[in-house]
Amino acid sequence: MADEGAMAEDGPVDGQDVDDEEIDAADASPQVELAYGVPVTRSGGHIVLHATPAQLVETAEALAADGFDQLIDLCGVDYLTHPGRVDLADTVVGQRFEVVVALINHERRERVRIRVQVPDDEPVVPTLFDVWPGAEVLEREAYDMFGITFADHPDMTRILMPEDWVGHPLRKDYAVGQIPVQFKGAPTTR
Amino acid sequence: MSLDHDQTTDARVRERGDSAVLRMSESALAQLGVIDAPAGVAHDLAEDETMFINMGPSHPSTHGVLRLMLELRGEMVVRSKPVIGYLHTGMEKQGEQLSYLQGTTNVTRMDYASPLFNELAFSMAVEELLGLEVPPRATWIRMLLTELNRMSSHLLFMATNGMDLGAVSMMIFGWREREEVLRFFEKVSGLRMNHNFIRPGGVAADLPDGWRDDVLRLLELIPPRLDEYDTLMTGQPIWQERLQGVGVLNTAEALALGVTGPLLRSTGYAWDLRRDMPYLAYDKVEFDVVVGTYGDSFDRYAIRLNEIRESMRIVAQILDQMPKGDYRVQDKKVTPPPRARIDESMEALIHHFKIFTEGFKVPEGEVYAAVESPRGELGCYIVSDGSAHPYRLRIRPPSLINLQCLPYLMQNGLIADAVANISSVDPIMGEVDR
Repeated sequence: MADEGAMAEDGPVDGQDVDDEEIDAADASPQVELAYGVPVTRSGGHIVLHATPAQLVETAEALAADGFDQLIDLCGVDYLTHPGRVDLADTVVGQRFEVVVALINHERRERVRIRVQVPDDEPVVPTLFDVWPGAEVLEREAYDMFGITFADHPDMTRILMPEDWVGHPLRKDYAVGQIPVQFKGAPTTR
Repeated sequence: MSLDHDQTTDARVRERGDSAVLRMSESALAQLGVIDAPAGVAHDLAEDETMFINMGPSHPSTHGVLRLMLELRGEMVVRSKPVIGYLHTGMEKQGEQLSYLQGTTNVTRMDYASPLFNELAFSMAVEELLGLEVPPRATWIRMLLTELNRMSSHLLFMATNGMDLGAVSMMIFGWREREEVLRFFEKVSGLRMNHNFIRPGGVAADLPDGWRDDVLRLLELIPPRLDEYDTLMTGQPIWQERLQGVGVLNTAEALALGVTGPLLRSTGYAWDLRRDMPYLAYDKVEFDVVVGTYGDSFDRYAIRLNEIRESMRIVAQILDQMPKGDYRVQDKKVTPPPRARIDESMEALIHHFKIFTEGFKVPEGEVYAAVESPRGELGCYIVSDGSAHPYRLRIRPPSLINLQCLPYLMQNGLIADAVANISSVDPIMGEVDR
């Protein structure tokens, strides 16, 4: 437990035993461990892959071909006010938004997370709908809550908030309590 | 403010306003390509003409506020689209404002039919970040309560499923048995629902005196009632006619759509986190994973009915194996001092006060923990920035993702079966919208 925690914080450790067969040693620089073509770290016993938006679909397809048969979860995170991140791979530059995709391999009973860094000025990520159609509502939710757009998604609309809503509620600069309470000062008939 | 009625006789004109709900329906209609369709119901439908109808959001069989856009050809559903969001209350945003100690009170309100699973997933995620080892008794109490909760949740399904399909006495029966389980929860936690009983570090209190007798009573009471259900529904031709072959889902579709829980198992795919990726102490109890064959509504009904029986099997084993010891971890950082210490020690009082006002800090990192809830995989993803509040709290809602298969279940089915399909997905709208 303590070991894993230390690994997750320090990123990949030099000379660490690599037990994953998928890791492509030829491409790896000495510092950064790669799996499925993208940098990899470990967190709480799960493998965490750090893909760029451009690499996402390719990585997802490789994972799907490798037996990751279900997309379990997809959600956004806004790192705007986070004091400093230490759990990224060394070569990965942290951006404001992150899309976290959780996958499961039923046969090997294994979980993988893909963390995609999404820049603030261009929050666009390709959709995973074509790989796992189950991403549909989850991507809509991430769009609704964070304003991250998923390119080529069949129906990129709001899902939880009303269609005419302004802003994306789970962003860190979207303050709690900024919506006026509608019951106050409502005109009455008396 | 004047209370003189005579002064204000003119009623205020009600403005239509741009109601969020109206806007939503317009957009959903546009997505179905019906924006240029004639208003009202068309009387003379041509052979290839379809009709759009709206079901819900306040429909008795939509389990809350689920709205469905249905495209019909005669009695047949061609396409359908669930429209959600009516119960959205920003619980994930709220979770970022509350400390880890308060977090369980928030998540427990998401899936209100199985609140203990939400608390469990949240607590497991926080404990993993903290690196806490929960004492054995706490683990087994958690197992006991969540298995009983699985029973009460499935009994609720039995009730609503029966009600939706016209077996009204089933509704009364299901609620009656569920109430027996809730009565036990009330004795343990003080509340029938939204218990806030499973907390990071263990459980809130030890089991009350006489809990064993109460559980034994439940184990005696419920099996004959389940046999009654069998007589009333399982073996009954009307029930079978109504459910068999309705809303068929196959394994490939279920996997592609991310469907988990009884829906996935109904397709014959044996996947249960309790057996396949054991958490708590599920590797120390024996139980069977119930699977279906046809993936239809009847299988889903039968799976849930038999999962009640399996849960009772597990509960009986828990009674035998329940260890003695502490019900929460004795880590001063997470656990407040016992009540008696507060009276005699100033430090204990300060410590108690600090824990409940500031909460405890959780090391930086991100973690995903998952449990098998009655509806499928319930996950909790937490990003911590090292403070006493989660930086990001994400609950993976099985109901929302399972709801995606509804258009597949309904397609080319009868409109009369729509209710059977919604019911067999067993969505809890509080969890869908959060």
